[in-house]
Amino acid sequence: MSSILAAGTQAPDFTLSVTPDQKLSLRDLRGQPVVLAFYPADWSPVCGDQMTLYNEILPEFQKYKAEVLGISVDGAWCHSAFAKHQHLHFPLLADFEPKGAVAKTYGAYREKDGFCERALFVIDENGVIFWSYCSPVAVNPGADGILEALENMKGKRQRHDEVESTRRAS
Amino acid sequence: MTKLKVPVGPADHALGDEHATVTLVEYGDYECPHCGHAHPVVKAVRKHFGKQLRFVYRHFPLTQVHPMAEPAAEAAEFAGAHDLFWEMHDAIFENQESLDLELLAELAQDLGLSSEELLGALERHDYLPKVKDDFMGGVRSGVNGTPTFFINGYRYEGLYEFEDLVEAIEAELVSGKTEHRRAG
Repeated sequence: MSSILAAGTQAPDFTLSVTPDQKLSLRDLRGQPVVLAFYPADWSPVCGDQMTLYNEILPEFQKYKAEVLGISVDGAWCHSAFAKHQHLHFPLLADFEPKGAVAKTYGAYREKDGFCERALFVIDENGVIFWSYCSPVAVNPGADGILEALENMKGKRQRHDEVESTRRAS
Repeated sequence: MTKLKVPVGPADHALGDEHATVTLVEYGDYECPHCGHAHPVVKAVRKHFGKQLRFVYRHFPLTQVHPMAEPAAEAAEFAGAHDLFWEMHDAIFENQESLDLELLAELAQDLGLSSEELLGALERHDYLPKVKDDFMGGVRSGVNGTPTFFINGYRYEGLYEFEDLVEAIEAELVSGKTEHRRAG
């Protein structure tokens, strides 16, 4: 398994195709939590597909104002066909050319396979990695870890805000 | 090991003895073919263990890929409100290939329930909160697809074939008895 970027690291910025004619940059999402989910490939043959699961849980992620981004080495046309087929309501990014370049900056690329790890990153409002997790490639990591991280991040921010307001008041 | 975050309780649909040594919890989707495959397997497993095993079913509909999974889950809950949850549960899985609203209405009627009442309940989503509760509890417990099984509160990672499930449950029966002896 690769060694992925750990909590506390600034999340490397990137600009990738989100549809065949649209690009998205991580820095555009500053100010809100981002869930970055690297996965091996579109069209995994099971009902328990990772992206399908996140799609079902989108309303929960939205409670934390979190933006969910799927990312694999599949091309933008492949992503759009997959997203349409699975009725996905969040962006899939194409880490396609140069292949896996973004995954490599996160330590989430499997050189010998030529695709991404199942690696999850929860990034805070300032673009710093708050939590990361790398699952064995055959195991769908589910969403419990992500939701727990978002909850902890919210708790930490609230505590921080309280300290700040007490400090200002005194 | 991934643990079940929502303990089995009165809101659950359970078959078998409350004091059984082993509790098997399934998170399932009525439109998922893998769950359809697991259905007769679970039945055989329950028969095999008899009183030693309690079985609990919770809903985990993947609505975006299985548009009938949620109405089916709500229909099972509707039947459950008339103490016919398991009858409806079996009927839905046994007719999974032709799952639509018409089928659900027909199945309700076969059980002596009013199909009009069922369709009204589905339209108003009377039982959606229960289905959603099951789903979110599953998400928090690390359910990552369907079917997902928990044996005495721990996620089961093996295949859902008869021999595999029997083996895992037998292992739990042995350790369960050991714990019991220790406690006694």
